[in-house]
Amino acid sequence: MRKNLYNVGAILKGLSITFAFMFKKKPTIEYPSVKKQHAPRFHGLHELRRYADGKERCIGCELCSSACPANAITVIGAENTPEDRTSPGERHAARYEIDELRCIFCGMCEEACPTDAIVLTPRFEMADYRRGSFIYAKDRLLVPPGAGLGPAPDERPNGIPSDLGRVAEVKSTMDIAQGYSATNRGETLKTQRKGLAP
Amino acid sequence: MIAFWILGVILIASAMWTITAKKPVYSVVGLLAHFVALAAMYLTLSGEFLAVMQIIVYSGAILVLFLFVIALLSSGVAPFATGIDRLPKIAAPAIVVALAGLGFAIYAVGRSSVAATSGALTAAAAGPVGTAGVFGSVDDFGKALFTTYLLPFEITALILMVAVIGVVTLAGDSTPYAATEKQARAVRKSMREAIVRGGER
Amino acid sequence: MQGAIDTLNAAPLWLVVLIKSAVLLLVVVTTFAYAMLFERKVMGWMQLRPGPNRVGPWGLMQPAADAAKLILKEDLTPKTADRLIYRLAPFISLLTAFSVYAIIPFGASASGPWAIGNVNAGILFLLAITSLGVYGISLGGWASGSKYPLLGSVRSTAQMISYELSMSLSFVGVLIIAGTTSLDGIVNAQLHWWFFITQCVGFVIYVITAVAETNRAPFDLVEAETELVAGFHTEYSGLRFGLFFIAEYVNMLTVSCIATLLFLGGWNAPFGMTVVPGIVWFLIKVATFMFFYIWLRSTLPRMRYDRLMAFGWKVLLPVATLNVIATAIYVAFKG
Repeated sequence: MRKNLYNVGAILKGLSITFAFMFKKKPTIEYPSVKKQHAPRFHGLHELRRYADGKERCIGCELCSSACPANAITVIGAENTPEDRTSPGERHAARYEIDELRCIFCGMCEEACPTDAIVLTPRFEMADYRRGSFIYAKDRLLVPPGAGLGPAPDERPNGIPSDLGRVAEVKSTMDIAQGYSATNRGETLKTQRKGLAP
Repeated sequence: MIAFWILGVILIASAMWTITAKKPVYSVVGLLAHFVALAAMYLTLSGEFLAVMQIIVYSGAILVLFLFVIALLSSGVAPFATGIDRLPKIAAPAIVVALAGLGFAIYAVGRSSVAATSGALTAAAAGPVGTAGVFGSVDDFGKALFTTYLLPFEITALILMVAVIGVVTLAGDSTPYAATEKQARAVRKSMREAIVRGGER
Repeated sequence: MQGAIDTLNAAPLWLVVLIKSAVLLLVVVTTFAYAMLFERKVMGWMQLRPGPNRVGPWGLMQPAADAAKLILKEDLTPKTADRLIYRLAPFISLLTAFSVYAIIPFGASASGPWAIGNVNAGILFLLAITSLGVYGISLGGWASGSKYPLLGSVRSTAQMISYELSMSLSFVGVLIIAGTTSLDGIVNAQLHWWFFITQCVGFVIYVITAVAETNRAPFDLVEAETELVAGFHTEYSGLRFGLFFIAEYVNMLTVSCIATLLFLGGWNAPFGMTVVPGIVWFLIKVATFMFFYIWLRSTLPRMRYDRLMAFGWKVLLPVATLNVIATAIYVAFKG
């Protein structure tokens, strides 16, 4: 009998807990309208970058392709001609394709790239209706010539400092409405380097 | 009067369906319709309490148990035999007798004054349905049950009680009786062991 | 107001009943829709979620979206199903759920026409109609022609029969004190003391059995997802499932109305706050009871079936019987 009465107490306790929970702050982020700020080094969709003069960084060396554990990257290189110099070096990527369905977003391509051409951005919204749409070629990977330049991968916290392609001015390569602000990212990086942010 | 004829047709149709339906569950549905229509019939006769009890007791309790048993037992069983084979041997004389009785009843009703009967009914139904003092109300029914007819009522209750006890004794629980928790535990243990043994075999 | 009542009294009875029924049907269906939204919201809050908020402001159009979805969904009938009864069952459920409202008074009959019909044996009529609700579930489960629905329907039958007894007995205590079976009379008897105080044991029993009768958590063994997929309505889809769904919520509403009428003083205002009209008090009480329902659902885990049965027969029924006897003795000695 006593035990049963304790059970009644337990039920009342449970009821009080759920009642109190009604008024707690909800941790839900209402995604499409509110977007979570990702960590600066979040691994999302790739991006092929350019130098400040608008030339492509990629030299078509295929190191990313061989570093890729998921075999997601296909690179076909071609010689630069004096009339049409796509990149500063001797070669450039004639075709550069990433199958984002195969990609595991590990960032090995980024590590392997000798010219910091391929970079993983924090953008993650790439849902689509057809499998074919997930093969991203240069037309979608390459930053537009006038769009400015994102920070180099080694400018990130704990990154190895590099003298390659100093970025004078950090501009968004992404639509701000899409949720990723490169400017903000640059600010974060700066404060972090000065030791101002945790 | 219109209600009477409509309900009458529903009653007879549902009753026919109950006895001729192919599947037992259809019979239950037929009987359910019958009970509800019967309750409605009682209502038109201002037998409010009777109507409600008809539904609570027959539809709400007894028929549900029928359905329970039928749903459990007959879901895999072939439907009843239908057609002429289903009729028992006594059907032909029974039908003759029933028709004769019906004929006599119609004759008798025809002879007596129909107007008088319906007049009595109207008189009984006068006043708002179910108020105390009006025929068929809860008050009157209760008073009659617990004063005038108390003895038959109690005897009926006793008979039902005896029936319940009889059923429990007959159907019974096969588990051995255990007076204390300790004994009960011993019984459960022996039953578990029996199950384990059965599994090994 | 008085003029409107006079007009209503002058109109022929069938017209009045027809209009009242239509209005009530509309109100009940709307209430069902928002009761559902309310439940999802409250459950969400209790689980630290915001609940549905995508369709319309605060998700207020969610019921409409749900209805559109259910209507547009394909209406499947399994091959093994008994077609006739499979189709009939949701309608039985819905019909019994709605017909109760024919006699529920929402306000004092003196202050306006707040009920469709005032039956003298009101409470018995309520019991009778709600006891028919089990047919929709058990026939639907049987007719689906598959295992889980059958198990669900068998469970529902046993559960509803077991708990209906205790529920009726919890009514009896109220009836003895009120001395009438008419719902109007019962509410008027609660002018000073609401019966949930004088009949507290009966009230507790009623709350428990009401949850069990409407197959809601923690007594939702009939549609226990973890055991029976979805119980009796596993095979139903589209609008037919929707009908069962409506029936369940309308039954919840019914049970809340009965609780309000029998135990919470109906349309009587608490602490003499008669400024607010009775109908508002009635609705507030019903809403409170509905909230309690939802609260229970998001708090308590589902009961085990054998414990449910043991609890119904070995605890609730004896306690309810004792309560009736005690009330009868009290009333007899008080005179």
